[in-house]
Amino acid sequence: MAGSTPASRSAEMPAAVIAERALVRHPPASPLGEAWRRFRKHRLAVVSLMILLAMVLVIAVGPFVWRVPIDEIDFSAQLSPPSFTHPFGTDDLGQDLLARMIYGGRISLAVGIAAMMVAVIMGILVGAVSGIAGRRLDAGLMWMTDMFLSLPQLPLLLLVLYLFRNALAKALGLEAGLFVLIVLIIGGLRWMPVARLVRAQFLSLREKEFVEAARALGASRIRLVVRHILPNAMGPVIVAGTVEVATAIIAESTLSFLGLGFPPDIPTWGRILFSAKDQLDSAPHWALFPGAAIFLTVLSINFIGDGLRDALDARRVG
Amino acid sequence: MERPLLDIIGLKTWFDTDEGVVRAVDGVSLSINRGETLAVVGESGSGKTVTARSILKLIDTPPGRYAAGQILWQGRDLVPLGPRDIDRVRAREIGMVFQEPMTSLNPVYTVGAQITEALRAHESLSRKAANDAAIEMLRLVQIPTPERRVNDYPHQFSGGMRQRVMIAMALVCKPKLLIADEPTTALDVTIQAQILELLADMKDRFGMAIMLITHAMGVVAENAQRVAVMYAGVVVEEADVDELFANPRHPYTQGLIRSIPRVDTKAIGRTRLEQIPGSVPNLLELPPGCRFSNRCRMATADCHASEPALRLVAPDHKAACIYA
Repeated sequence: MAGSTPASRSAEMPAAVIAERALVRHPPASPLGEAWRRFRKHRLAVVSLMILLAMVLVIAVGPFVWRVPIDEIDFSAQLSPPSFTHPFGTDDLGQDLLARMIYGGRISLAVGIAAMMVAVIMGILVGAVSGIAGRRLDAGLMWMTDMFLSLPQLPLLLLVLYLFRNALAKALGLEAGLFVLIVLIIGGLRWMPVARLVRAQFLSLREKEFVEAARALGASRIRLVVRHILPNAMGPVIVAGTVEVATAIIAESTLSFLGLGFPPDIPTWGRILFSAKDQLDSAPHWALFPGAAIFLTVLSINFIGDGLRDALDARRVG
Repeated sequence: MERPLLDIIGLKTWFDTDEGVVRAVDGVSLSINRGETLAVVGESGSGKTVTARSILKLIDTPPGRYAAGQILWQGRDLVPLGPRDIDRVRAREIGMVFQEPMTSLNPVYTVGAQITEALRAHESLSRKAANDAAIEMLRLVQIPTPERRVNDYPHQFSGGMRQRVMIAMALVCKPKLLIADEPTTALDVTIQAQILELLADMKDRFGMAIMLITHAMGVVAENAQRVAVMYAGVVVEEADVDELFANPRHPYTQGLIRSIPRVDTKAIGRTRLEQIPGSVPNLLELPPGCRFSNRCRMATADCHASEPALRLVAPDHKAACIYA
């Protein structure tokens, strides 16, 4: 027995067991299992998911492995290129870039995810109310959505930041206050596409016969929306939300790059890029690593969004 | 005489559209007794589905509105009820089965979850109890291996099986009346027969009444005790099923019965099935007087003068035709 190879062992397996295995390989799938099966067929998405998970892992456990403080100033190692002591090199104050990027990654990703949540939750609320309510409320809400879409975003961002920056920083502390403000601003200006998406889904789903059937079985309006319509509308929203994370990371980088986001002692990826821009010829590594991190993260998230779009395509459900 | 379970009196369900007021249901009176099957027949657009949906207040208002009439459910008028009160009548007292089994189930939930939805919407139920109830209902509607099927999703069922699931959903609260809106139209003939048999079986088991809406006279003959024929928003004839087929009094009913293919002796020598000329009139441009007059072989000038009321033409047999 001990000498038998795996191949010969499977040859000894009774037919019933093999048949059972075959069944287990293709179980009657739930919608989620089915979606995961389709997602796995999208190679780029799977690779992207692994890259993103690896980055999250590095960001999460990095500080416990790479114990260099982010604010240790060492003028003898100013702008040094990547080496064993500083794998990503150092900045103009001789601070270790790897440590700063691990720290910054946490903030960048947290901003991305939190801003996405704000955008998606606001979008679902506005879209759902608009899609289920009568003509007047619907028209009003869509008018508001169009108005938000036509606002010039960057000047508005600057204005809101200047107006509320100090008040929030005072109330919640500098870092937390800025985080909340930036998340609210980015999310608050990105909910419109989600709202339109959800509204469109609701308009078509509320005419579906299973909604009518649920109504005939005594489901209240709230129950209809939450239990019967919303779950069926979530596919495109999840896809949009994924891409929203990438957009928010870019937006935070832009803000930081313009010097409006986090202060220099909180090194988000965009903020590191901002500091690095004056030394591009003498210390290209300084800009290269945060730039590559942003690029890789956003690209991965977009590919994952593509994979999810294929996996959750409503046309293939039901 | 015992009070009927459901008594619809002069119901008018109108729709306000840009072109005018569409009087989809224009003064319908019907009643259903306990444990009885009433068939409502008519062409597409005759108002039978709107009547059925009006009972459960499934008409969107606006554009629809209940212009007149009462819907007495065990003596209580449903028309003025608010959403919360009507929710309590739905499923628990009056269940409904729809025409399209392929799209009437929610694709994101298992059939078990959907069957017990009506139970869980109104009372808290443990997971185990809900699961047991779902299996019991699936067994009742004769779905094989219900213990395994209960966790399957709708896309894993065929059309006939889905209609069985829909029936299970409608019956889980043991309603006293089941409204079946063309429950077999989307199914092929052998499955149709099975579903109708199942409905009859359920009716006997639970002692409930059925309002069977259909456009197929064959379905009526085999399944109903009483028949109401609808045309352009009104009931034109109502009678016991045997009486209606033996002595149809309204020219429209006569036309409907003559247009059924027959295999018995009466058909020999006939080469072509008769048909009723024309189609259901646009509800915005009804002919004056009798609504059927523009298609009726017997129509005279008197028919255009005023709209004939539904009147008793024989014991327990009503028709809305001046020549009936």
